[in-house]
Amino acid sequence: MSAFPYLSILTIAPLVGGIVVACLPRQRPTLAKRVALVWSLAILALTAVMWVAFKPNGPRFQFRESYPWIPTWGVRFTFAADGIALVMLALIAVLVPIVILASWHDAEGGRRSVPAYFALILALQSTMFGVFAAADVFLFYAFFEVMLVPMYFLIGSYGGHQRQYAAVKFFLYSLVGGLFMLAAVVGLWVVGGHTFDWATLTRIDMSTGAERWLFLGFFLAFAVKAPFFPFHTWLPDAGAAAPAGAAALLVGVLDKVGTFGILRYCLPLFPNASRYFAPLAFALALVGILYAALLAVGQNDLKRLVSYTSIAHFGFIGVGIFAFTTQAGTGSVLYMLNHGLATGLLFLVVGMFVARRGSALISDYGGVGKLVPVLAGIMLFAALASLSLPGLGPFVSEFLVLIGTFTVNKTVAVTATVGIVLAAAYALWMVQRTTQGTLNPALSTVEPMRRDLNLREAVVVAPLVVLLLVLGFYPKPVIDVINPAVTATLQQDVGVQDPVPTNGTTEAGR
Amino acid sequence: MSDVIAAETLKLPHLNYGALAPMLVLFGAACVGMLVEAFVPRRSRPAVQLVLSLLAVAAALVAVVMRSGTHTITAGGAIAIDGPTLFLQGSILVLGLVALLLMAERSLERGGAFVAQAAITAGSEADRQQAARDPGGTDVYPLALFAMAGMMLFVSANDLLTMFVALEVFSLPLYLLCALARRRRLLSQEAALKYFLLGAFASAFFVFGIALLYGFAGTVDFAGLNNAVRTSTQSTVLLYAGLAMLAIALLFKAAAAPFHVWTPDVYQGAPTPITGFMAACTKVAAFGALLRVLYVGFERVSWDYKPVLGAIAILTMLVGSVLAVTQTDIKRLLAYSSVANAGYLLVGVLAVSRAGLSSTMFYLVAYGFTVLASFAIVTLVRDPDGEATHLSRWAGLGRRSPLLAGVFTFFLLAFAGIPLTSGFTSKFAVFSAALEAGDVGLWLVIAGVVSSMILAFPYLRVVVMMWLSEPGETTPTVSIPGALTSAALMVGVVATLLLGLVPQPVLDLTNRAAEFIR
Repeated sequence: MSAFPYLSILTIAPLVGGIVVACLPRQRPTLAKRVALVWSLAILALTAVMWVAFKPNGPRFQFRESYPWIPTWGVRFTFAADGIALVMLALIAVLVPIVILASWHDAEGGRRSVPAYFALILALQSTMFGVFAAADVFLFYAFFEVMLVPMYFLIGSYGGHQRQYAAVKFFLYSLVGGLFMLAAVVGLWVVGGHTFDWATLTRIDMSTGAERWLFLGFFLAFAVKAPFFPFHTWLPDAGAAAPAGAAALLVGVLDKVGTFGILRYCLPLFPNASRYFAPLAFALALVGILYAALLAVGQNDLKRLVSYTSIAHFGFIGVGIFAFTTQAGTGSVLYMLNHGLATGLLFLVVGMFVARRGSALISDYGGVGKLVPVLAGIMLFAALASLSLPGLGPFVSEFLVLIGTFTVNKTVAVTATVGIVLAAAYALWMVQRTTQGTLNPALSTVEPMRRDLNLREAVVVAPLVVLLLVLGFYPKPVIDVINPAVTATLQQDVGVQDPVPTNGTTEAGR
Repeated sequence: MSDVIAAETLKLPHLNYGALAPMLVLFGAACVGMLVEAFVPRRSRPAVQLVLSLLAVAAALVAVVMRSGTHTITAGGAIAIDGPTLFLQGSILVLGLVALLLMAERSLERGGAFVAQAAITAGSEADRQQAARDPGGTDVYPLALFAMAGMMLFVSANDLLTMFVALEVFSLPLYLLCALARRRRLLSQEAALKYFLLGAFASAFFVFGIALLYGFAGTVDFAGLNNAVRTSTQSTVLLYAGLAMLAIALLFKAAAAPFHVWTPDVYQGAPTPITGFMAACTKVAAFGALLRVLYVGFERVSWDYKPVLGAIAILTMLVGSVLAVTQTDIKRLLAYSSVANAGYLLVGVLAVSRAGLSSTMFYLVAYGFTVLASFAIVTLVRDPDGEATHLSRWAGLGRRSPLLAGVFTFFLLAFAGIPLTSGFTSKFAVFSAALEAGDVGLWLVIAGVVSSMILAFPYLRVVVMMWLSEPGETTPTVSIPGALTSAALMVGVVATLLLGLVPQPVLDLTNRAAEFIR
């Protein structure tokens, strides 16, 4: 355990930066952008130091800090990170500077304040760090709800068409889910003997009925966040209306809170209920994979399409979590990381398209590859990552999820595999309709469309491309961090062991 | 004969003047205020009255703080000074202080928010002249002090008759205060009349309940009532009917459904500083008295009244939240939100435990600060005709005055129960107390959560109006707040933030104070 308070600094520093940026005058937007970028890079550096300091074979929870907050209710400011949380924190630290750089010009043109936009992004980063680093259930809930406020303003004030409706829908859906979780949190406090400490709560006994109701309260909130079918309808609207950078953070990180919450809170705190409701979760996840993929194929709006693909991917993550094997669990967490990178890249590329053309509709594009070949190539790369092409990060995670599920439930695994076919359909067709084929005559009058990737945009996509390639060929460092945490979750908390491999001879071995 | 008269001198009950000091200070200052109205020249009356009132409230607050730890019954068994009494009296004084600051604001409108001569017929020529020329009447100050003193007596009453006297003492000035708006006088007078008529009915219920309970118990003090539940030989119909009547009266004052119907009209018509005063302080008084009646007088029948009051609490939360959704006037919206919050307070009351008592007291303080400051912002959104309270007039306010719109958004988030605000910690306190107490608590928490979801919608609508809508031509300007309103707003913001981030000190205070004397 390190004595240096990495986690509390990581949680507070972006907020401080956000306040500083918010106080900068409106007439100096460039200064605000630079301060925000430098600040987020400093936070990235600190996160990298923390990653190196983490010992994968050490204690499960590291960097633990605990400060008193509200003794009457047994609430403390407790931060701790296991492998799963560490990966998520690293994802946030990597994505935010990239998003800031990608959104360099996004907030201009309107009558909104540019410093406020970047201040909101930094404030959002602070709350996201808090959600993943919290080891006290009350603290987790506080960050879970507060997270909604900056994202609401990012969508509502700086978004595009229908932003008001999308922002309100996003806020209300998440708040309603969160309120169910509040009832469950209060119930957990009563049942758990007036404490909110995660480690203590994993060891208490509850009656079956209480455990199931509390599980449902938490699961509902996380199912809205993830989102799982049928609570998914807010995401396409929010993803379509939000500015590209905010949308990348929305699907890249915010949604991960849902699946992370299931891994950290639903499974360890309510293991029997988790096993009881696993079939239901499988069903919702499978429907999500297939239904959302089909809807994605039919979309005409690029951002809505990417949002639907995100719902489909989260179905895979859900399947992996509820398979209760270490392979599938590790695959899920790795999937969360890869999905954040891949879909983040996809949203940012779509944002670059939208910035040039002024429209997100696929019908407004066509044959763009002739005008901006590099950008079109990056879009193809992102689409291939989305459909889990081998050699790119998402393939490893999807493969692990499917293998891990196949050993315990063949039907679910086979059904989920159909999702890969659909993923190929929506990804490749999207690329084909926008960047290949005959050039859309309407584009000849759009001057920005002739400008290929400039230096800033190249710097934005390069790290994501590199990371996806590295994770596709050499994911071992990350898996080494994730595996012990997932194993601990499944074996200690839920109490399941991996199925023993059968020793039968194969046909070819005869 | 003469020695019989001489031998039996009248024994006056012992008065613990120290314990009664806060109330005596306020009553005295109110009387002095009336003399100031009579004798001090009109030009210097506002300043003199304001200083007098603020000093009196501050002195009373100091007296309350100095008496902390007192646990005594005085004035012949009529007044109980214990932990809850002192905490609630302190709350009424602090919230009343902030309300006085709002009442004293004169920079927003020439002459202040109150009419100069209330007796002049509204709409007549003399009325037009006075609206244009005369500075506002200053009789609001002694009236407010009488109301505050009455509220303090209400929460410290140890028997039902004293409680009734206190009810009248604080209600009658409030009825008057509601009528004293400078603008839209007819609306204001209508609000006052509605409040008066319905309040008179409620008081009648209260007295009828006292009569029935006296018939049952043979006494009106709470200790006697609690004993009589066990020992009385009268029919328990008297007990339940009396308790029901009492509860109706108290729930009327607390604005609980189905006795809440006066709330939107009265809140809308009354001058906004008075609305804030009512929303904050009357709730404290009403719930303080309800707590004492239920916990001290009728604890033995808690199993009987819990289901009924639980149903009322659920109804209140749902009615308040559902009806708030369709509101188009900000004052009515805040009024229905106030009704829903009365429901949450009832959730805390129905825990019938020490935790229930302390959580309810915490909620009263947290809610009081937030709602007072919200009404302070409502006073700032004006056009030449007065306050612009229709929601459509609030469109695009975030663009014109981001600071004030930001502060109001913060208060709305507090009402919605977002963590890191006092609204969340207070909701958590009452929900946890209720769930811990078991049985009906589970349903109350579920209803509370559902009504919070419903209430999020109108709050969000206001936020959308302010930030995400374009300002129309009719969007009023936000007046620059004067020093007094700024002070009130600052107190509200700080309290909402501090009680959300570091609630522990106040939680400790309510926990220590949470023991009634019988």
